[in-house]
Amino acid sequence: MTDPKLTKYLDEFEDIPGTLIFNTYRSRQGFNLNQFCMSLMKEANRQAFKANEAEYLKQFNLTPEQTDAVLRRDWTKMMENGGNIYFLSKLFSTDGHSFQHVAAIMTGGTQEEYAKMMLEGGRNPTGNRSKKDPGL
Amino acid sequence: MARITAGVTTSHVPAIAATIDGKKQDLPYWKPIFEGFRFSRQWMKEHKPDVAILIYNDHASAFDATIFPTFAIGCADEFLPADEGWGRRPVPKVIGHPDMACHIAQRLILDEFDMTVVNKMDVDHGLTVPLNLLFGELGPDEEWPCKVIPFPINVVQYPPPTGLRCYKLGQALRRAIESYPEDLKVVVFGTGGMSHQLQGTRAGLINKEWDTKFLDGLTKDPVALTKKPHIEYVREAGSEGIELVMWLAMRGALNDDVKEVYRFYHVPCSNTALGHIILENV
Repeated sequence: MTDPKLTKYLDEFEDIPGTLIFNTYRSRQGFNLNQFCMSLMKEANRQAFKANEAEYLKQFNLTPEQTDAVLRRDWTKMMENGGNIYFLSKLFSTDGHSFQHVAAIMTGGTQEEYAKMMLEGGRNPTGNRSKKDPGL
Repeated sequence: MARITAGVTTSHVPAIAATIDGKKQDLPYWKPIFEGFRFSRQWMKEHKPDVAILIYNDHASAFDATIFPTFAIGCADEFLPADEGWGRRPVPKVIGHPDMACHIAQRLILDEFDMTVVNKMDVDHGLTVPLNLLFGELGPDEEWPCKVIPFPINVVQYPPPTGLRCYKLGQALRRAIESYPEDLKVVVFGTGGMSHQLQGTRAGLINKEWDTKFLDGLTKDPVALTKKPHIEYVREAGSEGIELVMWLAMRGALNDDVKEVYRFYHVPCSNTALGHIILENV
């Protein structure tokens, strides 16, 4: 059984290219991953994580895919496995990286290319509004 | 009685925090951004609010993945800057106004807005960056010039509240403030936005045209903005552009007719179109 009103609300977001909306289902999926990220808000935990990442991760009961994505810093995979960017920011901050660094990686380009695009006014919404837009 | 004299909106980009903390404001990239707040800081100095009610979103700092309160209000005596992964920011601790916050929380609940009352929490860049932008670059041993009531709205986990709901919350917030017996001057902040997307292959989306219309509407016709569905924010202004619903909560707390005192819009600020407006009640 699905509720047409809620389904329509959620499905509309799936039409937007290159975007994962962190809804309550993804929040369930990513709970342990996101809680691991939250643990990095304490210096002692950051040190423990840096000392032995795989060992540190064991206490959070992540799925093998989540563990692998964290260890490889595959931000897109982390998001596909329920990670949310604001939670993940604790991980990339621990690594000494910025939001712009990680955003650039997720676009598949270099940080220089991304920074240049932003300086030139950012990504144009034309052609990026819907998966049905031509050129995608 | 307490009274609302003005509303302020501004983006709360975390890179601004890093720039201030690293004292890099004079770099060519950042200079125009800080120049854009020169008028606003002077305006704030002259305006001298007693209390700032600061609507923002917590970015997984005070609230972890165990709980996502839709509307919350900070009722504590004070709030420390959060450790977001690189240590606590060297900014003054935020001094609250617990008596007024408790009054507002209770009035809002009786007015059918079911607030989450928060008696202890840290505040992240979503709150401290707007304070920096409007009050200056103060160190940890200094004091913000007014009391601050943190007012977090969930825009991290979808669905966030609708724009209309936020606007109505602002209207109820006004009733709550105006029923507080002490004669206090209150400025309401709505923060976040404008167009930005931090994730996926669509990261970096900026929509100046849509943002400009939103700024125009905020001053002149906020009711029209309340009709926008979430999908429009995401499609036109990016997945994190949804933060703009928080601006409507600020707007709901003001008079229908307001005077736009100042506006600043700048691209880029890291991944974001930085937008800022000052509206005075007339």
